[in-house]
Amino acid sequence: MERLVDRLVVGRLVYVLPLAALAVLTIVLLLGLQKDPRIVPSALIDKPVPEFALPPITGGRGKGLASADLGGQVSVVNVWASWCIPCRAEHPLVERLAGSSLVTVYGLNYKDEPDDALKWLNDLGDPYAEIGADRSGRVGIDWGVYGVPETFIVDREGRIRHKHVGPITSETLDGEIFPILRVLAP
Amino acid sequence: MKAVVATLTLLGAALIATTAAGVEPNEMLADPVMETRARDISRNLRCLVCQNQSIDDSNASLARDLRVIVRERLVAGDSDTAVIDYVVARYGDFVLLKPPFKPITYALWFGPVAIALIGAAAAAAFLRRRRTRDAADAGPPPLSQDERRRLEALLKDAPE
Repeated sequence: MERLVDRLVVGRLVYVLPLAALAVLTIVLLLGLQKDPRIVPSALIDKPVPEFALPPITGGRGKGLASADLGGQVSVVNVWASWCIPCRAEHPLVERLAGSSLVTVYGLNYKDEPDDALKWLNDLGDPYAEIGADRSGRVGIDWGVYGVPETFIVDREGRIRHKHVGPITSETLDGEIFPILRVLAP
Repeated sequence: MKAVVATLTLLGAALIATTAAGVEPNEMLADPVMETRARDISRNLRCLVCQNQSIDDSNASLARDLRVIVRERLVAGDSDTAVIDYVVARYGDFVLLKPPFKPITYALWFGPVAIALIGAAAAAAFLRRRRTRDAADAGPPPLSQDERRRLEALLKDAPE
């Protein structure tokens, strides 16, 4: 009798286990399909910001942007360019972010012509505390930038804590960026 | 006929053009050994803009910048691994077209072999069980003398 029960249980398992494994695999793969493959996680999360010192946009205001400016307070570094259409779409939201008391927003003007960049700031408004002009794109590469716009959150210790790839929307601002800022700068 | 030849020539030229690498002549290093090393490295680095092209193939501007950096580092005396590490430090393992062999990728490397082994073991167990079962009930025992006689009687009585 005991052997019969044993055989029944083992016999069932042989059929149930592969089915269960298939179900788990299906769910994992389905979840994988929901992810956007264009979004590559940053290699720099929790690392200190790269060493850099950038001049301001030629003919523009300010003193430029350097690693020393980041840290001390929570900051956001927004990588943008005048030739980047999604940057135009996210611009009002960058302004909203800059208007909040939680954070200082800096700009990294990526591979841009100074005249175009200045015209863009003139037309749309300049939300940035300081802007570094990265004409060669070298500093962008040190930050792991692979497509503009990109937005980094840097904590008080000057470490990169979060990276958002692609334009900021009101959903990402309220659902992703502000919650992180509230944790970092209570 | 002339038109056909011209079309074919153009098609051929287009094919050659599309299979050519993204590397521009002005990026190349004068030293052929150095240039070969640079090409080998950049063939294994992913262009993050186009994702399924290497930076050697891609003509995206980021790919160009990275090709130039690869060559600069080589000229500066970096080893091949140092150059690759430089790019990986900025863009992560995803930049490598061939996934690295380390604990986080063990599932990737061993997974298929493990699944094949489990499948083979299951198939072997199933076959062995079926064979022992077949041997166990190879059919009913032969009829006894008495039974045979009864069978013959039944068959004789049966209507045609």
